[in-house]
This record gives sequence, C-alpha cells and structure tokens, in this order.
Amino acid sequence: MIALEKRPEPSSFWRWVAPIVAVALTMAAGGAMFAILGKDPTEAIRTIFWDPLFGPFAAHDRPQLLVKGGPLILIAIGLSLGFRAGVWNIGAEGQYILGAICGAAVALAFYPLDSWVVFPLSALAGGLGGWAWAMIPAILRTKFNTNEILVSLLLVYAAEQLLASASLGFLRNPDGAGFPGSRNLSRYDAAANREILEGSGIHWGVSAAFLAVPAAHALMTRHRVGFHIRVSGESPRAARFAGVDPNRLTIFCLGVSGALAGLAGFFEVAGPAGQISIDFNAGYGFTAIIVAFLGRLNPVGITLAGLLLALTYIGGEAAQATMGLPAAAIQAFQGMLLFFLLGVDVLTKYRIRPARRARA
Amino acid sequence: MKITRRALAASALALGSACGAFAAGHEPVTVGFIYVGPIGDGGWTYEHDKGRLAVEEHFGDGVRTLYQESVPEGADSERAMTQMIRQGADIIFTTSFGYMDPTINVAARFPDVKFEHATGYKRAPNVSTYSARFYEARAVLGHIAGELTESNKIGYIASFPIPEVIRGINSAYIHAKKANPDVELSVVWVYTWFDPAKEADAAKALIDQGADVLLQHTDSTAPQAAAEAAGDVYTFGQASDMPEYAPKPRVSSIIDDWAPYYIERVQAVIDGTWESTDTWDGIAPGMVRIGEISDAVPADVKAEALSLKNRLASGEYHAFTGPLNRQDGSVWLAEGETADDGTLLGMDFYVEGIVGDIPN
Repeated sequence: MIALEKRPEPSSFWRWVAPIVAVALTMAAGGAMFAILGKDPTEAIRTIFWDPLFGPFAAHDRPQLLVKGGPLILIAIGLSLGFRAGVWNIGAEGQYILGAICGAAVALAFYPLDSWVVFPLSALAGGLGGWAWAMIPAILRTKFNTNEILVSLLLVYAAEQLLASASLGFLRNPDGAGFPGSRNLSRYDAAANREILEGSGIHWGVSAAFLAVPAAHALMTRHRVGFHIRVSGESPRAARFAGVDPNRLTIFCLGVSGALAGLAGFFEVAGPAGQISIDFNAGYGFTAIIVAFLGRLNPVGITLAGLLLALTYIGGEAAQATMGLPAAAIQAFQGMLLFFLLGVDVLTKYRIRPARRARA
Repeated sequence: MKITRRALAASALALGSACGAFAAGHEPVTVGFIYVGPIGDGGWTYEHDKGRLAVEEHFGDGVRTLYQESVPEGADSERAMTQMIRQGADIIFTTSFGYMDPTINVAARFPDVKFEHATGYKRAPNVSTYSARFYEARAVLGHIAGELTESNKIGYIASFPIPEVIRGINSAYIHAKKANPDVELSVVWVYTWFDPAKEADAAKALIDQGADVLLQHTDSTAPQAAAEAAGDVYTFGQASDMPEYAPKPRVSSIIDDWAPYYIERVQAVIDGTWESTDTWDGIAPGMVRIGEISDAVPADVKAEALSLKNRLASGEYHAFTGPLNRQDGSVWLAEGETADDGTLLGMDFYVEGIVGDIPN
C-alpha cells in the first residue's frame, strides 16, 4: 500500500512547471486515445494545438481565441477571488445568464434609440444582473448559513428557466413571427459589442477581461481586501484574529464574481451571440471554474489558462470537422487536461510513501 | 473584423471556384452538417444524421460529408461553418432553429457556398430554409389517441411554447376530438427538447391525472418507459420510430425523414441548379412519416388512421379545416375554410376546447 505525505514546502519550481507537465501528459494520453479511435495522433494534436496559432488559417483563428477566451478569463478572475477565500461560487453560469438577460433587456428597452448611452447603461445592467443573482447565495449564506455551493449551482437551473421565459416571452423579437429569441443586438448599433480594433477579436468584453487581470493582481497583492482574502483561505482562524469579517468577505467575493460573470454575459449577448435565445448559454460559467484552477487562481495564470482552453475548443472543433473526431473525444481530451493538472498538483504538494502498517 | 472577413471571403472565393471546377470533374461535392445535439440522442440529430448517411449512400464517391455534433448556437456555430468552408464545403445544412442568424452571417461572407437552414424563416440568395409539416402526422396520431383513450384524458408533453409545438397540440386535439367528442387534453410544458428525467416526471404526472394516452413533442423514450411501468398507457414515438417500445406502449410514431430532401438538394448542387427556396413539406413527399401502427390498435382504427393519412398526403384534406374557433370562442376558420401558411407559421393560440394557457 502507498500513502500520501504532505511535503513541508512545495517547490516553487514545480508549482509553475506542473501545468506544463499536465499539458504534456494530456497530449500523450489524448494522442493514445485518438490513436485507439483510428486517427493519426500527431495530426490530431497538431490540429488542436498548432494550427489555430500558426496554421494556414491562423489569421482567422487567433482573434477567435480571444473571443472564446475573453469571457472565460473575465469570469474566472472573479471566481478566483472567492476560491482563494474559500467562498465557492459554482453558479457563475447562472450569473452569466442573468447578466445577459438584464443587459439585453435594458438595451432593447432603448431600441431603436441611437445614442452612446445605450451601451454603457446596458453593460452596467448586465453587471448588476449578475451581481444580484450572486447576492442570493451570499445573503442566504451570511444570514442562514446555507451552503453557497448548492444554492449558487441550483440557481443556474432557475436562470435557465428565466432565459427560456425571456426568449419566449418578454424579450421575444416582436418582428420574429412568433419564433423564440430576442432581436439581434449585434445589429443594433447603439448596443452592439463591437470590436475595438477591427479584425483583432478584441471586443469590449475581451478588453474588460484584460483590465480585470491587472486589477485583480493589484487587489490581491496591494490591497487590504486581498490580504483578507488570502488569509481567510489559508487560515480561517488566523483571519478571525486579524479582524476579517467573514460575512462581508463572502458578500464581496460573491458580488465581484457575479458582477464579472454578468458583464461577460452581456458582452456575449451583445456581440458574438447576438441575441437572447433559449440555448444562449454555452457553459462558459462552468468552464471558467476549470480555467480558474488551471491558472492556479492567479490572474496571470488564469489568462494563460483561458487562452489554452480556448485553444482546445477551437482546435477541437477543427479536429472534429477535418478529422471526423467525435465531439465526446474532444470533451474527454479537455477532461484529461483537468485530471492531469490535479494529479500533478497532488504530487507537487504531497509525496508518495509506502504506508507503514498501523501498530495494533 | 472587416479585414479578416475580406481576406477570408477572398480565400473562400478561391476555394469556391476551385470546388466548382472540381465538381465539374470527378472530385466529390463536399456537404457539411451542423448538429445541435449528439448523434446518439435517438431523436432530432439522429434523424438528420441518418439523412447525411443516406446522402453518402446515394452519391457514393460523388460526395464527401462533414459534420460537427453539439454545436452551440451563436458564435460557435459561425466558427463551425467557417471551419467546414475551409474544408471545401459546397453546401452546409444547419439543422436547428438557433443557427438562423449565424447562418445568415456566414452566408453573407461566403456567397459561393450554399446554405440550408432548418426551421427558420430568414433566407438569402445562398440560403434556403426547410422544415416539415409535422402537424399533418400529429393529426393522425391525435385521431388514434382519441380512439384509444378510455379515460377520455390525453396527456401532451410539450417542449417550448413556439408555433411549431402549438400547431402540433392543436392538430392533435382537433383530430382526437373528432374521433371522440368527450376527449380532454392536458399539456405539460417541460422546456427542453431532450431531458429523460423531466420527460419522465411529466409523463408520470399526466398518468397520475388519469391520462391513458400520451403524446410527446420531446425526443427521449422516457415517456415510453413511464407508460410501460404504469401499465395500460399508450404512447407515440417522436422524431424517431422508437420501435423498442412497440407494439405497446408505443402504438405508432411520427418520424422525421430528411433523406429525400438532402439528396435532392445535394443533387441540385451537383447539377448547378441550386436556388434559394423555402420548403415546407409534409407527408406527401415523405418528409414526415407515420411509423408502423402496431397491433395494439384495433384494425378499424388503424384503417381510419391510414385513410386520414392518405387524404392528408393527397391534399384532399387539410389538417386545419373549418369550422374552427380560437380558444376564446372567436371564429378562426369558417366552414370549409383551410388555414393559410402564414397563420400556421406564427400560431400562438389554442383552438377552442383546449383548457389552460400557453405560457410565455
């Protein structure tokens, strides 16, 4: 039998190399899976990891990486604050949906007014929508000590029902012949989330994500709130002695992650997605949890992790279309990435020892 | 975006003309399919994929097909289509309503590629739409249901309150009522196209309320399983035949058959005769089929059902023929009048006799 023994001090070298090892292991195991499926593993790995960046169509794919990675990074940055403080917001997907609904509702209320105020007001409404949805688990947690993991997760399903109701009812396109779905916001100039630099993929949401990264970094390293977050996560008892109010911290962390998820939802609905529809949400809120952990809950790490995951999505789609790989194989491949990361992580923090028999 | 779009459009033009040249020679025509779910769902996507396989079988080496499963509606689907165009796709079938705006967007960028969008209403010179008159088959199923019920209670598991689903409910009710004037219809909305757990719950609730015949506009076999467990309850297969539950509880089914249409459209591309069209076909051309009526249905009822089917197919009878009133009692169709397609496409009301409101 073997046992895990905690290392006294995990090597800082391995903390940073671990994700790279995990990616390498994923490539090896994924390649083996692709080979079993009868596909050329080197071609599959190249299609997924290399072609979107340097292949013949990279000029089109690189901006797409930002479009796909932007919302992941924005949401994951928010989640990472809570995760470091031990506040587990699993329901970013719901906050993302509410942000999209509220942002789109405000934008459509102005339709067809052509004024510069529409976009910022809608974005604000999106952020507030996500924040308000996150306040439900926050208040239940602080007032009644309910488990925020369960509440925030279950609210995702409530949000999905609201989304269906919005696209079939109060936000339905009046010119849409009774079909579900709102007006297309990307065709409403005053509300559309346009690219700041044409052809770059950098729309307002992507730039918000890139602003959130240094902001989160500054918060965590320079600000008292950041210290409170770190100390609460690492040692809740010490945090209490340091004068941290756990309730305020819970409300802060859930609020920030909800607002950022809501903003991401608005930027998505006003840009790449274009409209509120029954199936508007594509899982960004859940994938962002993976991104947050893959990035070590560190803003820079999250940026890299978000782009890496975006790469597996875009490359994965390419592999499906060009090589006929099934969608499930790509999902399994992404799953391997998380699995190996967690596995390598365990080995950075613990070492394997043959277990001694307990004395009778 | 403009620069990339132009660059891509240029490469697409090059690709397009190259493919045109190939088509004239012996190179295969490339046909792409965008699926909203996994092929294995046994329903909507499964039937579209059967259509794809039929295209492969019919044209042999004359075609090459591409497909991508579980493509989220929105920006991801635009990328999936672009990906297929890079692979040389000459025609792309986008098989879910939510791909409407993305299809129009991509089609504008690639004028030489043909697009076929299922169940939508937006067309362009290179975008056709196609859908099936499922309500015709539902009239036949409604008739059988009205004859079979002994409790005079029919349950209907409905997905989303959109015109297509409402048409089906009305058509089934009208013909059940004709067969059995005492019939009552209860509708349960589950807000999903495929969710075995929710569908099973809805089926159980309806059976508990005394329904002994279930109709469904959702794709899983969970209602069949619930009916089998409950005993004397009849069901109908949806989207696929669901023969594993024949001869009872599944007594017949409504089957989507896209193969003839797909073959016809691909042939048009090969012949160079493809034009943007709006197709809404029913039983007559075989786009909608009635699955075998099992021996659990009395012979005379089966004969009546088949005769109704034949009259619908020949055009002698329209499933919405007056006199028909709206739910509020106002006159919709006078004696002998038939519904026009415009009203049917935007149908947002129940006919007289159905209890309950359409949610929104």
